[in-house]
Amino acid sequence: MVLSETDNRVIAAIQGGLPLTSRPWAEIGERLGMSEDAVLARVRALQAGGYIKRMGIVVRHHELGYTANAMVVWDVPDDRVDAVGDALGRQRCVTLCYRRPRRPGWPYNLFSMIHGKDRERVLDYIDQMVEELDLQGIPREVLFSGRRFKQRGARYR
Amino acid sequence: MDAIDREIINRLQGGFPLCERPYREVAGGLGLDEEALIRRIDRMLEDGRLSRFGPMYHAERLGGALSLCAMAVPEARFDEVVAQVNAFPEVAHNYARDHWLNMWFVLATETPERIGEVLKAIESATGLPVYDMPKQEEFYVGLRFEV
Repeated sequence: MVLSETDNRVIAAIQGGLPLTSRPWAEIGERLGMSEDAVLARVRALQAGGYIKRMGIVVRHHELGYTANAMVVWDVPDDRVDAVGDALGRQRCVTLCYRRPRRPGWPYNLFSMIHGKDRERVLDYIDQMVEELDLQGIPREVLFSGRRFKQRGARYR
Repeated sequence: MDAIDREIINRLQGGFPLCERPYREVAGGLGLDEEALIRRIDRMLEDGRLSRFGPMYHAERLGGALSLCAMAVPEARFDEVVAQVNAFPEVAHNYARDHWLNMWFVLATETPERIGEVLKAIESATGLPVYDMPKQEEFYVGLRFEV
């Protein structure tokens, strides 16, 4: 699917958020001079095409009491990184899991995010995970976040 | 936060139905009426428990690019460097972390080429090297953050 001008207008119209009204797509349609059905059809196509990963809410972990946020990084042998990444992703406490390149002085190639109400609990989750998945031999570091300086969504179009 | 707000958060992270009256449909599943659901979402956006309610776009598929970047910032210069880095509109998140690489931020740009340009500009503004660690593979995780 190649994005049309109409797709781009829909993408721009909803990126700030959906209208909190009974018929949100009708309202978007009104702004764009499109029918409700036409807007819905474009949004469905954008989602089916993977341009929209999902529709829904984004929480602010910190404001919900999840103040301990750890980035756990692992130095996994390249031939095991897919298996370990899949296994970490299946853990309930892991909210993101990515493979990234190593850098000079930075040997870690697998990054997982874990959120918890306090640091002790997060460290417990990590211990349990290491035990359960048999990851004792894989070097890791836990980077807790300190101050948050900026949080905004990316802008497109 | 009451049980209903929790339920709304858990439910709406997983997705939102694409139909004419989506709030009514979600509300029905929660035993609420449409207006009450809308009011509660509005309040949670208002008080900051929710940062957004809408689409999560696939940056790369829309032609954009993302990268996770880290810097080792001397403690004495920390606030100054935070201001220099955050001045770039392409910086989406920025956190301090307990590590020799003590500043971590995400770059989100409209084109892949722009990542390299912004990295260079940040390095020259701060006089510090930036470690650039773009995603090579994303592993599936359950999308929900349960509260």
